[in-house]
Amino acid sequence: MNTDQAKKTIRVYPWKSVALLLLTITVLLYGVIYPNLSVLITSFQRGGSWTLANYREILAQRIVIEAIVSSLGLSIGTVVFCALVGVPLAFLFERFDFPARRLFAALAALPLVLPPLVGTVAFIFLAGETGILAHGIQNLLGLANPPWRLRGWPALLLFHTYTMYPFFYVLTGAGLRRIDASLAEAARSLGASRISVLRRVVLPQLTPSLIAAALLTFMTSMASFSAPLLFGGDVRVLTLEIFTARQRGDLTMAVTETVILAIISLGALVVFQRYEGTRKFAAAAMKGAPRRRVSISSGTARALATIAAIGFALLLVLPVATLFLVSFAQEGSWTTQTLPSAYTFANYQRIFGDAYAGEVLFNSFTMSAIAAVAALLWSFCIVTLLRRQRETRNFVGEGWRRLLSLLILIPWALPGTVVAVSVAEAYGGPSLLLGSFILVGTFWILPVVYFLRFMPLVVRALQASMEQVDPTLEEAAGSLGARTWQRFMRVTLPLVWPGAVAGTLLAFVIALGEYVASVLVFVPANRPISIAIASELRDFNLGTAAAYGVVLIVIISISMVVAGRLEKLRG
Amino acid sequence: MALKMPFLSLKNLSRSFGTTHAVADVSLDVNQGEFFGLLGPSGCGKTTTLRMIAGLEKPDGGSIEFQSVDITNLPPERRGFGMVFQNYALFPHLNVFENVAFGLRARHKTKAEMTERVTSALELVQLPGYEKRAVDELSGGQQQRVAIARAIAIEPALLLFDEPLSNLDVSLREETRSELRELVTRLGLTAVYVTHDQEEAFALCDRISVIVGGKLMQSGRPRELYEQPAEISVASFLGRNNLIKAMRLSSSKTSDGEFKTLEGGHTLHLSVKHDDLAPLNKPVYLAIRPEHVQISTNNNDGENSLSGHIREIVFGGATSTIRVDANGLLIEALVLRTNGLEVNQPLNVILSPDHLTLLK
Repeated sequence: MNTDQAKKTIRVYPWKSVALLLLTITVLLYGVIYPNLSVLITSFQRGGSWTLANYREILAQRIVIEAIVSSLGLSIGTVVFCALVGVPLAFLFERFDFPARRLFAALAALPLVLPPLVGTVAFIFLAGETGILAHGIQNLLGLANPPWRLRGWPALLLFHTYTMYPFFYVLTGAGLRRIDASLAEAARSLGASRISVLRRVVLPQLTPSLIAAALLTFMTSMASFSAPLLFGGDVRVLTLEIFTARQRGDLTMAVTETVILAIISLGALVVFQRYEGTRKFAAAAMKGAPRRRVSISSGTARALATIAAIGFALLLVLPVATLFLVSFAQEGSWTTQTLPSAYTFANYQRIFGDAYAGEVLFNSFTMSAIAAVAALLWSFCIVTLLRRQRETRNFVGEGWRRLLSLLILIPWALPGTVVAVSVAEAYGGPSLLLGSFILVGTFWILPVVYFLRFMPLVVRALQASMEQVDPTLEEAAGSLGARTWQRFMRVTLPLVWPGAVAGTLLAFVIALGEYVASVLVFVPANRPISIAIASELRDFNLGTAAAYGVVLIVIISISMVVAGRLEKLRG
Repeated sequence: MALKMPFLSLKNLSRSFGTTHAVADVSLDVNQGEFFGLLGPSGCGKTTTLRMIAGLEKPDGGSIEFQSVDITNLPPERRGFGMVFQNYALFPHLNVFENVAFGLRARHKTKAEMTERVTSALELVQLPGYEKRAVDELSGGQQQRVAIARAIAIEPALLLFDEPLSNLDVSLREETRSELRELVTRLGLTAVYVTHDQEEAFALCDRISVIVGGKLMQSGRPRELYEQPAEISVASFLGRNNLIKAMRLSSSKTSDGEFKTLEGGHTLHLSVKHDDLAPLNKPVYLAIRPEHVQISTNNNDGENSLSGHIREIVFGGATSTIRVDANGLLIEALVLRTNGLEVNQPLNVILSPDHLTLLK
């Protein structure tokens, strides 16, 4: 009898949990399960019957095999180069102290917040064959042709390393800070040399950070689209192949290639996570002190380190600085000169004066805001549902919790191309779930895609904030007489909102510069900034393209500062 | 004994986490106005018991009655018990006033009443004028007081403490301890206090339940528990104890028990009632506190006097410990002075029958 009573109390208001669960399942069904399943099913069907013909045909084409190999090769190469750059930098800046150290450390993550398209454009202005560097050298040496062409493998690897090395830099740095200095000291006292301490103590503990960095780099590189599009030359990668197949109208090929790309991305996720699971790493619960930075005192080494720090900082800033410069260049004033010859505000006046440009800004803002706010609200549902509650038995069991977390993660793990193609495939015609309503071709297609792609970011930010809230606080509130809703409004919400809003802002700014998915499904009614940049670039309106980029960077910077403040407020 | 309804009554309370039985079949009564202790080693289930009283944890079985009303399934916010958490659980986003007023807001008190009650609660914990402070500006001791003020501001029917002093340093802990006891007595509150520190429990509590491995071993007044532990786990948990493995001799004809120690083969007499006597020829434990062991340098052969020699002398400040090897049986004795004692010196230890207890 007693257990019956207990059960009754535990589910006092089960309808709340049921409503949350229904909402969650509906969103996941419409946004994740159904689109991905439709893509998968379509790829195995022809003329209404099941077949492997699509795969057989596609894999017989040399160009497709080449695209798969190129994508893999580019991603592996990117991981290697990013590790070679990021890990030593992390050691240098985490372990040593010297003038200008902070300058670089402050700028290190800059490439991560640049929208890929804007970064690509800035890179072309700086290092392309008609860019500042090439022109500069050409004019200086009086060469007839530009000294290099920014094309193909070297260009892609260079650009990928520039934009993705922060994964290794940031994560290795964080890993190094977590390592208990006394472990290395213990190893030294046991007779290990510096090298063997590094090999046997430090590196094994860094492994989780390195694996995470490699995974992020690999998946970002697999999803990369702007750089291969603009200066990939004859390197054909999968994302590009899918795009061109869709442009050609070869939907079956696009869908089948999408499945291949998705399998590679998810496969990487599984492989990396399995590797991480097979090794045991030191418990993070230790109370050790982080190692203190060693001040470089030798004159030469100090000078070299300082110069290196300033040099790297310049490298990070140069593309952005170039973009600023070009945004003030008069259209047509920059042909063979090193720097544009005439400057003007006209580009900005155009962006803010022109009705067409105004609409583009408005579109991006509204669609990103809709997606981000929806992601925030949805995150509260999902986090409330998934949260482990100590005082009552959980409404959602452990298996369900895992499944839901996995489903939420999928749109994040999949390249933007895959998300866009799958939504387009599922809702491009009358569908099982939406009936005769066709989502593709309406304004709403992009907010939906943005929501799906960036909602995992917000969920994670909110989950992280929630985890930081001491569960005894809610218990204390309960013992003081606060009901569930009061506990949430008066204790939990005030403590988690900074983190949640910071995550939402992040999702918002990333959506603002989104290109990969937008280019596949945009319509005239919802043309976003990134599409405008690309079309200005095509028309050789370099200044206007740059001005759009600068506007994006300014908005992103403001948002990041606000987000940073909020993070501090939380701590 | 007068028949009195218990204020709080736990009946066969159980709670498992997975396969571990955190609390198994615990029953106890707390009387009104009592300062009641739950004492036990860490992980023994005492905190889980307290959390079940608070409503933060649902029991798997058993029931909790408060003033004869079953509150087993009442959510915490409707119990009206004040709780002081081990880590204080002060709301970091609220100042001292708002922290103390939290429970009053939940009860929709008027502003005037709220101010009055917060002020008086802060005065009671000797933090008047701290209303506007941020909680992270306060020292550990002050945070602790705010936590207590917050719990008493709601005028709780029962006050629950989860190791509230364990985060304070030693000198502050003793000071806060006596203030706490005084405060609870002055307000006429009933308190349940969880601790793993026997000294703290002895100093604070009117009655104590010792919990080991999720089971309630013994309940009683501090002195009772200390001097007449009923269980070996209680005897070994509560302070140092000489545990002597022995067997009751069949030849015993008196009302006293006569035991033979398994180590050393000494014969010990014990004043126990007949019906309390241990079964014959089965090993049992006898216990005696080191401070009750007398030592004698004269070779006396009185009752329960065992001859041996000093194995070790451990200087411990106010008191010192002498370890005596009595023919293979190691006995610890607590002495005030070690003058004239040397290692290997022959010595007699006297285990007075009044202080020897038979453990179950």
